[in-house]
Amino acid sequence: MVLAAFSDFMQQVVSGLASGGIYALLALALVIIHRSTGVINFAQGEMATLSTYIAWALIAHHGWRYAPAFVATLLISFVGGIAIHRVVIRPVERGSVLRIVIVTIGLLVAINGFVIWEWSGEPQQLQSPFGTDTYSIGGVVIAAHDIGTIAVALGIVLLLWVLFRFTKVGLALRAVAVNPEEARLVGVRVSWMLALGWGLAALLGAVAGMLTAPTVGLDPNMMAAVLIYSFAAAVLGGIDSPIGAVVGGLLIGVLLNLLSYLSQYDMFDWFTEELRLPMALLVILAVLLVRPQGIFGKPAVKRV
Amino acid sequence: MKPRTQRTIGFVAFAAFVVFIAVLPSFISDFKARDYSYVAIYLIALLGLNILTGYTGQISLGHGAFMAIGGYTTAILMAGNEQFGGPISGGMKDLWTLPIAGLVAGLVGLAFGFPALRLSGLYLALATFAIAVAMPSTVKRFEEFSGGGTGIQLFGTPELTGSIANVQVLGRSLTPNDWMYYLAWSIALVAFAVAWLILRGRTGRAFRAVRDSETAAVSSGVSLARYKTLAFGISAAYAGVAGGLFAIVSAFVNPDTFPVALSIFLLVGIVVGGLGGLSGLVFGAVFIAFLPLWAQGQDLGSLLPDRIVEETKKPGGPAIVYGVVLILLMFVLPNGVGGLFRRAGQLLSRRRYSPPK
Repeated sequence: MVLAAFSDFMQQVVSGLASGGIYALLALALVIIHRSTGVINFAQGEMATLSTYIAWALIAHHGWRYAPAFVATLLISFVGGIAIHRVVIRPVERGSVLRIVIVTIGLLVAINGFVIWEWSGEPQQLQSPFGTDTYSIGGVVIAAHDIGTIAVALGIVLLLWVLFRFTKVGLALRAVAVNPEEARLVGVRVSWMLALGWGLAALLGAVAGMLTAPTVGLDPNMMAAVLIYSFAAAVLGGIDSPIGAVVGGLLIGVLLNLLSYLSQYDMFDWFTEELRLPMALLVILAVLLVRPQGIFGKPAVKRV
Repeated sequence: MKPRTQRTIGFVAFAAFVVFIAVLPSFISDFKARDYSYVAIYLIALLGLNILTGYTGQISLGHGAFMAIGGYTTAILMAGNEQFGGPISGGMKDLWTLPIAGLVAGLVGLAFGFPALRLSGLYLALATFAIAVAMPSTVKRFEEFSGGGTGIQLFGTPELTGSIANVQVLGRSLTPNDWMYYLAWSIALVAFAVAWLILRGRTGRAFRAVRDSETAAVSSGVSLARYKTLAFGISAAYAGVAGGLFAIVSAFVNPDTFPVALSIFLLVGIVVGGLGGLSGLVFGAVFIAFLPLWAQGQDLGSLLPDRIVEETKKPGGPAIVYGVVLILLMFVLPNGVGGLFRRAGQLLSRRRYSPPK
């Protein structure tokens, strides 16, 4: 009895970690763009959806195998992210924050429209690269897709860490985030680094989208809720902290699943599926009020 | 141009606008009048949001949620929620619910203003955005209060004036659509005048001081806490009245009446209207109300090549047009239509420079 309850509990934790891994990837994308440009990219979710549709179209319409479609989608997304920065974001970069926010909202609306226009709003199926097997480890049933998602998310985080920590490009990217003027003075091509940030963010979104679609189904609005959870994750971890985004994503994923699990008990029976989004909101508000810089962020100090 | 001349021009323009609004229904179809009453509703919400964002510098992406609070207050006061098992029996006449809708939303806004004091810029935008996102599912969750996903039907209820029959006003008989039009615009014009009165005096100066530099404002004795919460309260109250009117004019509310997109488009509206001015907001309201229709090729269809019109008629086409127009607008009119006005005013008022001979 107790054992059955425990394995149920563990199952929820593992699938929470899997969705948390996806939130972590998208939160990382938000953090990368926010660190370098100070903008919150409201179009991040739609960009991910578009990438996922490209992967699906390559597989379903053009008969590609999964692996080459995956790689091609990452490349297209990366280049597309850079293009979006050069064409749409750069012209308004020097203006007020509000102007950039509106431009990213315009992108959100336009990309969402494009996806419906090109592939219709019908839900589609995207296969999971990890198949539909489930494993039973000590009574805990775990889907292969969940394990794969966690592995891919952690792998990408590790790759990014290596890129930022050990390469010259990574150093330049960090320099631009800390101080664009001084970075320019020492010869970093700031504008291209910002574009590169957008490219990386689009690439992360593509991975997040392709991991989301097999479980929730591919449709034009599939990333809307994921984006909100990722906002919550980024705020929880500290919106300028990459490590924070990852930890925040995993925490949000597990927290929401545990609440679903606990709602079978009297004390938590107020929790229903409709409250998932409002819970993310509560997390955002609570963090902003108690510790606005998040778990890993540094408090912002302003010179007067 | 002297300030007094400027003010006179302002009054004349306002009077001309009132006359224009009063005669417009005679020139458009009865059906269109209802579309134009939505312009008035958006204008009220924009006036409120502009007090918060344009004058006080606090970005809100959650004003649709305050509209939802106003809309549901009005609907519940009129139709009651006993039929879903709630405590309120309803039966209030439509007009009298509007002040209460404004009050309730305003109080929620004040309450939200306190925590929002600690946030600024994008953090505030995110927090308010989260409210807008959470609102529809929260409304669905408390079904006994709100009627859940089906919402509350007001059409045909005795509390809704002009629901079916013509309305007699001052000896004239108005069709339901014309009645809604005049109702919404009368309230919008009052709201416009009230906003002008609030903003021209001490309070407006304090708001602008907070926007331009919080540090400077505090050192001149402006209480940040007081004026930021006040701005939140006032702007939420405006949104509440707008939401109540929205419920009356559309004759029903449900969780999708006030979607996340509404909050976003309100912010778009004040940016298009030009932040920190009042007259430009009319264009912002027109933009919100009609661009979705124009983007579907209505009205403007004849101006564009058929091939393009055909493409935009496909599902998703209008959204592409809307998004692209929005981005282009930020490129060419960074300060909105209001900014264009101000620029023109500056050019007119500049003293002619005569070079020394």
